[in-house]
Amino acid sequence: MSLVIDSVTKRFRGGAAALQGVSLTAPQGAFVALLGPSGSGKTTLLRILGGLDFADTGSVRFADVNWLGVPARERKAGFVFQHYALFRHMTVAKNIAFGLEIRPRRSRPSKADIALRVKELLALVQLDGLGDRYPSQLSGGQRQRVALARALAIEPRMLLLDEPFGALDAKVRKELRVWLRALHDKMGITTIFVTHDQEEAFAVADLVAVMNQGRIEQYGQPETVKRAPNTAFVQDFIGAGAA
Amino acid sequence: MRTRGATEDHPLMRWLLTAVTISFVILFLLLPLITVFAAALEKGIAMAWNTLGDPDTISAIELTFITALIAVPLNTAFGVAAAWAVSKYDFRGKSILTAFIDLPFSVSPVIAGLIYVLIFGLQGWMGPWLREHDIKIIFALPGIVLATMFVTFPFVARELIPLMNDQGRDEEEAAMSLGASGLQTFFRVTLPSIKWGLLYGVLLCNARAMGEFGAVSVVSGHIRGQTNTMPLHVEVLYNDYQFVAAFAVAAVLALLALVTLTLKSFLEWRYADEIAAVHRH
Repeated sequence: MSLVIDSVTKRFRGGAAALQGVSLTAPQGAFVALLGPSGSGKTTLLRILGGLDFADTGSVRFADVNWLGVPARERKAGFVFQHYALFRHMTVAKNIAFGLEIRPRRSRPSKADIALRVKELLALVQLDGLGDRYPSQLSGGQRQRVALARALAIEPRMLLLDEPFGALDAKVRKELRVWLRALHDKMGITTIFVTHDQEEAFAVADLVAVMNQGRIEQYGQPETVKRAPNTAFVQDFIGAGAA
Repeated sequence: MRTRGATEDHPLMRWLLTAVTISFVILFLLLPLITVFAAALEKGIAMAWNTLGDPDTISAIELTFITALIAVPLNTAFGVAAAWAVSKYDFRGKSILTAFIDLPFSVSPVIAGLIYVLIFGLQGWMGPWLREHDIKIIFALPGIVLATMFVTFPFVARELIPLMNDQGRDEEEAAMSLGASGLQTFFRVTLPSIKWGLLYGVLLCNARAMGEFGAVSVVSGHIRGQTNTMPLHVEVLYNDYQFVAAFAVAAVLALLALVTLTLKSFLEWRYADEIAAVHRH
């Protein structure tokens, strides 16, 4: 049931290399941070896992399935975007229910079940009673929790977070990452978390992959990476953040 | 004396700009409109109404509606498709495609009409083949619809492209990752978030489709009671010195435009909250 990424490469239109042979293994239920500066390929890797982008070569296996062969809409990979990507014309409750309501009739829960599930999820993300609001009436932190609830509604097999707290202020960021980690421990979903903030990566993840120019420079537990940087880049990147 | 803020204009300047705008609107937009209605009603409302009962006039009104009824839905579909392609996908030649969408705005409508005469006319490329198969395009409804579609193509696409560019691809990607199919994504996510822009584009497209003169004039052949649309019929009547009849038809055309504008304003007022919610981030 683990995630195995093997030699994934990707070139952008125009020829610039986004990923140059990325390999990474994560056990089921792990919380992995992809850490690196902008342009290091971390978001591209995440989007490939979510089926929003395509790898040129390489393979990904998840739970012993050829993951890249599964169409995005069938992967059940809960994706959380930096700018929330909430459906702005729908209420919070409708946003969360979306993934359930679009299911074909035979696998769609009843209206009452969906309403109940929405209520549970609102409680889980601590937004009880805000189901009738529109996204534009919420704060950034609240919106991102709605986005998370929406992703969790489909009972995802993998949670993919693209700089989820990037647009929030420092205090809210810290609160949310503690909360996210607790949520992850409760649900046990394999989680990939993209960030350029090394403090955030080290605080929240079991495993950190430091990325640079489409490659993984170092992959390991936070303490190991901090204590013994493998390359000059990692040393520099972490050092720069700590200073 | 009150001092002026650095960003505040001179009061005289403000007054002057407002005055110029108001006089321009009255002189060039409002007065002509009033003149049309005044001329139509010059000999009484009964007289004006009677002229509208003329079979050729009724036929012109019918033809105008039929043309709009075909051209507007097709251009709505094409416009949405074009805006979707341009704003949500990256592909080679995208900027050229965008430029082509604007072409009907920059080309004279007369040329638009001539293009179709050159292609489908008796002496045109496809003329002999069409005559052999007894298909009439020029001087018939298909030609009028084609010319109207050419001229009104950009309205929907132009309205939607900036809006859809601004909204980006995030919501569609989110929908897909939640398991939505392409159609579900379009009808549940994309369409609701563009519906006001779309409505506006469709109304403008419709107004122009019913009012188009130049392009239609070239391909129509001006056959009374058969291929005259309302704008063409206005000209025919006017040239026949039937002023009341000409202005009566013109007044109906103007009324259609006013109804369109009122409808748009009403919808904007009625759904102001929803529109604001969609546009705020």
